[in-house]
Amino acid sequence: MWQFIRQLFHKFGSPKWFYGIASKMMPWLLGIGLILLLAGLVWGLAFAPAERLQGNSYRIIFIHVPSAFLAQSIYIMMAVTAVVTLVWRMKLADLFVRAVAPVGAVLTFLALFTGAVWGKPTWGTWWVWDARLTSMLILLFLYFGVIVLMSAITDEKSSARAVAVLVLVGVVNIPIIKYSVEWWNTLHQPATFKLTDKPSMAPEMWVPLLLSVLGLYLLFGWLACLRMQTEILKREHRTRWVRDLATAEGN
Amino acid sequence: MAFDSFSAFIAMGGHGPYVWICYAVFTLFMVGLGLWSRRQQKAVLRSHKQRLSREQNGAANQGAAPASFTRIHPS
Amino acid sequence: MTPKVPAMPLAVVRVSAWRAMALVVRRDLRASLRQRQDLLNPLLFFFMVVTLFPLGVSPEVSFLQQAGSGILWVAALLSTLLSLDHLFRHDFDDGTLEQMVLQPQPLFLLVLAKSVAHWLLTGLPLVMLAPVLGVMLHLDGNSIAILCLTLLIGTPVLSLIGAIGAALTLGLRAGGVLLSLLIIPLYIPVLIFGTGTVAAAANGAPVGGYLALMMAFLVLAITLAPFASAAALRISLSNS
Repeated sequence: MWQFIRQLFHKFGSPKWFYGIASKMMPWLLGIGLILLLAGLVWGLAFAPAERLQGNSYRIIFIHVPSAFLAQSIYIMMAVTAVVTLVWRMKLADLFVRAVAPVGAVLTFLALFTGAVWGKPTWGTWWVWDARLTSMLILLFLYFGVIVLMSAITDEKSSARAVAVLVLVGVVNIPIIKYSVEWWNTLHQPATFKLTDKPSMAPEMWVPLLLSVLGLYLLFGWLACLRMQTEILKREHRTRWVRDLATAEGN
Repeated sequence: MAFDSFSAFIAMGGHGPYVWICYAVFTLFMVGLGLWSRRQQKAVLRSHKQRLSREQNGAANQGAAPASFTRIHPS
Repeated sequence: MTPKVPAMPLAVVRVSAWRAMALVVRRDLRASLRQRQDLLNPLLFFFMVVTLFPLGVSPEVSFLQQAGSGILWVAALLSTLLSLDHLFRHDFDDGTLEQMVLQPQPLFLLVLAKSVAHWLLTGLPLVMLAPVLGVMLHLDGNSIAILCLTLLIGTPVLSLIGAIGAALTLGLRAGGVLLSLLIIPLYIPVLIFGTGTVAAAANGAPVGGYLALMMAFLVLAITLAPFASAAALRISLSNS
C-alpha cells in the first residue's frame, strides 16, 4: 500500500507523465467548460428574470461572482501547492504556482472591474470603498507581489521556494485582511447596501450562476494545464522527450 | 425569455451599457488569456525546434570541417 | 567608507539561545550607533512626510484633527518600509549572515533578535517622535496617548512582517521597491486597526478590545513571522 502511494507520488511528480495526462484532459476541460459557461451566461443574460431592486444590472453577477470566486480559490490552491513545494520540493507544484499566478491576477482584476461597473447603476459611483471590493483590491496587490517576486529571482529553485514562502505568508494574512477590512468598513460606512447578500435567490437565478461558476472552473483547469505544459517545456528542454516533442510538433 | 424583443434585450432596461461593457471586457480578457497562453506554448516549442536544428547543423559542420573554429553553444 | 562592524561573538562554544539573541541585539545596536545616518534617516523621513500633509492638503484644524492619526500611521509605515532594506543587507554583504545560518542556535530566534533590534532602532524612535508631531497636527491629548499606544504595539509588527520581505528580496537588484510591493498589502490590517483604534477613541468608544486585538496581532507576528523570515533567509542565501 505504502509502496503504491509512493509510486503514485513519484509518478505525479514526473513532468512527462503530467504532460501526457494534461494533453488528454485539455480538450474535455475546454469543451465542457465552454459549454457550461456559455449556457450559464446565455441563461443569465436572456432568460433569468430581472431582479426586483436592481433591474437588469444584476446580470453582471453571472460573471462577477465566478471571477471573484475563482480568484480567491486560485490563491488558496497556490498556497496548498506552496506547502507541497516547500515540504516535498515537487517540481509540478512549483510549476503550478508559476503558471497560475497571472491567471489569478487577471480574474481578480475582472472581479474588480465588473464590481466597479456594477456599482455605477447600483450605488451611483464607479468605485465604493466597500469591504468586498477593497479586499479584492488587496488580493490583487498580493497577486502582483507574487508575480513580481517570481520574475525578479532568476534561479529556478530559489525563485520557486521564495514565492512559496510569500504565498504562504499571504494566505495567513488573507483572513486577517478580510476581517480587518470588514471592520474598517463598518467603522466608516455604517450601512451599505450589500450586493450578494440575498437570502432567497430564486432558482432561475442561482442555477445559471452555478453553471457559469462550474464552467469557469473547468476553463481555468484548461488554462492551468496549458500554462503548466508551457512551463514544463521551458524547464525540461534538455530531456529526450521534450526534444522529440519539439521536432515532431513545433512546425 | 425575460425580454419582449431583441432591442429590449440589448437595452437591458437602461442598464445595457454597464452589462455589455462587463461582458465584453470579461470575454476579451479570457479569450486573450487563452490565446496568449497558447501562443506562448507554440513559441517555446518553435524555439526548441530551432535550437535543435541549429545543434544538428553545428554537429554536421563540425564533422565536415574539423578545422572550423565556429562552435555553437547550446542554450 | 563603512565603519568596521564588530565580529559576531557567537563562535564561543555552547552559547544558549537566549544569550545568542541578546548578543545579536547588542551587536546590531552597537553597529548602527556607529552608522548614525541610518538611524536618523527614517526619523527625518517620518517628520518630512507628515509635514507634507498640512502643506499639500490643508492646514485647517478640523481636517488635521480628523486625518492626523491616519497621517502619522501612514508616515510611520512608510519610514519603517524605508529602513527595512538595511535589516539584513550589511550582514549579507560581509558574510555574517551565512555564519548565523550555521550557528547551532535556531535561525528563527536569531532573526527574531534582529527584528527586535530593528524595532529598537526605528520603531521606538518613531513612537517617541509621534507625540510631537501629534501636537503639530492638533490632536488632543487623549488621541495622542492612544495613538502612541497603537504605534507602540503596531510598529514591532511592522518590523517583524517587514523582516520577511527583507529576507525574500535580499540578493536582488531591485530589492527596495520590490520589498515595498511585497510588504504593503501585508501591512494593511495593522494600519486599519491602528488608525481605527484612535478613531474609536475619538468617538468616545472603549478601546480596550481593539488594543487587545492589536496585541493578538503582535503575538501572532512574533510566533509566525520569524519562521517565515528564517525560511526566506535560507532561500536567499542558497541563491547567492
